[in-house]
Amino acid sequence: MVEVNFGHIQPETVAGLRRVDELKEWEGSRIGAGVTWRRIESDGPKALAEAARTVGSPQIRNAGTIGGNLGTASPAGDGHPFLAAVDASIELVSLNSTRTLDWSEFFVGVKKTARRGDELIAAVQLPEQLPERQEFGKIGIRNAMVIATVNCVVTRGDHGRTTVALGSVAPTPIRARAAEAMISAAGMPTEADLDEFQRLVMEEVRPITDHRSTEEYRRHGAGILARRLLERCLR
Amino acid sequence: MIVAFTVNGEAVTARVAHPGSLLDVLRDELSLPGSKNACEQGECGSCSVILDGLLVCSCLVMAADVEGSSVTTVEGVAADGELHPVQEAMQRAGAVQCGFCTPGIVMAAIDLFAGSSSPSSIEIKEALAGNICRCTGYGAIVRALEGLATGGEQ
Repeated sequence: MVEVNFGHIQPETVAGLRRVDELKEWEGSRIGAGVTWRRIESDGPKALAEAARTVGSPQIRNAGTIGGNLGTASPAGDGHPFLAAVDASIELVSLNSTRTLDWSEFFVGVKKTARRGDELIAAVQLPEQLPERQEFGKIGIRNAMVIATVNCVVTRGDHGRTTVALGSVAPTPIRARAAEAMISAAGMPTEADLDEFQRLVMEEVRPITDHRSTEEYRRHGAGILARRLLERCLR
Repeated sequence: MIVAFTVNGEAVTARVAHPGSLLDVLRDELSLPGSKNACEQGECGSCSVILDGLLVCSCLVMAADVEGSSVTTVEGVAADGELHPVQEAMQRAGAVQCGFCTPGIVMAAIDLFAGSSSPSSIEIKEALAGNICRCTGYGAIVRALEGLATGGEQ
């Protein structure tokens, strides 16, 4: 609607999805694309609920959905790091087919996805088993109504297996794989391990300078945010 | 296209300039200018209405999508000329400066109090996070709602 209001697009045909009940279904680990941030805020897994709480304002969370977030595919989307951190997949349906893409196949660039023109985003599929410890964090210039300068989810599961996913620091959400591998193998991390983890995250992100922040600040913030979230997971 | 829905308890039909917003229809077709048009991107909250029980920015709702829905605007909250308790509290506390943001604030506050009769100060501020007052009159607005929350005469 923003693009319509600003005269950027004038679609001839639109489909109203707000009241399509099937899209609002949420059964276990399958979250329908029409599930709003408001519902996720109260019923979602911990780190996704935390992310939901930072999306826009109450008005936006009542209308905005996890499917809409995916369709927009903003590099700063607050739902994305969680989906990347737990290796969620995205269900796409057309008249003739249903296919499921891994999150890493779904996001292909800034506001670009692998969704074809004849497909709808139907649902997000989370793994049945989610990591026990999961933390979301976001850096922005104020508390409410803010687009992330950096957002991040860190999870820690069995045997120290750690995942780190970040947004706003690359064209798509990314995983900091080298940092993950290092810290997952470290047992109970020492201060030096945490330093190295932070350094690896900073090395792996690919931020840019734009009107919202600078490459340097985002890189710095990504390292610190990921480290703090990991420390919370370890408590 | 023509869309039929309910506004403030009254069944209406309106001509919708496809793919325009609910806000445009309220203001231009239904002569309900209480919902304000400012940012047109969901940032300022001055167009807030309650749509099927949920507080939303009417500038972000496609009008064609409200067929069969129920909308409450600021014009519909003072039943029979009696101010809503939120309006009364804001009036008493002088929680209005230029007034442009006031309809949106009233709607957000009504939504808040519909869900909890005695919200905390933090809850009040979070509930108003989507409403910008460019006069920065937040102090009086929050005080008015705190007074209502505690039942005190502020």
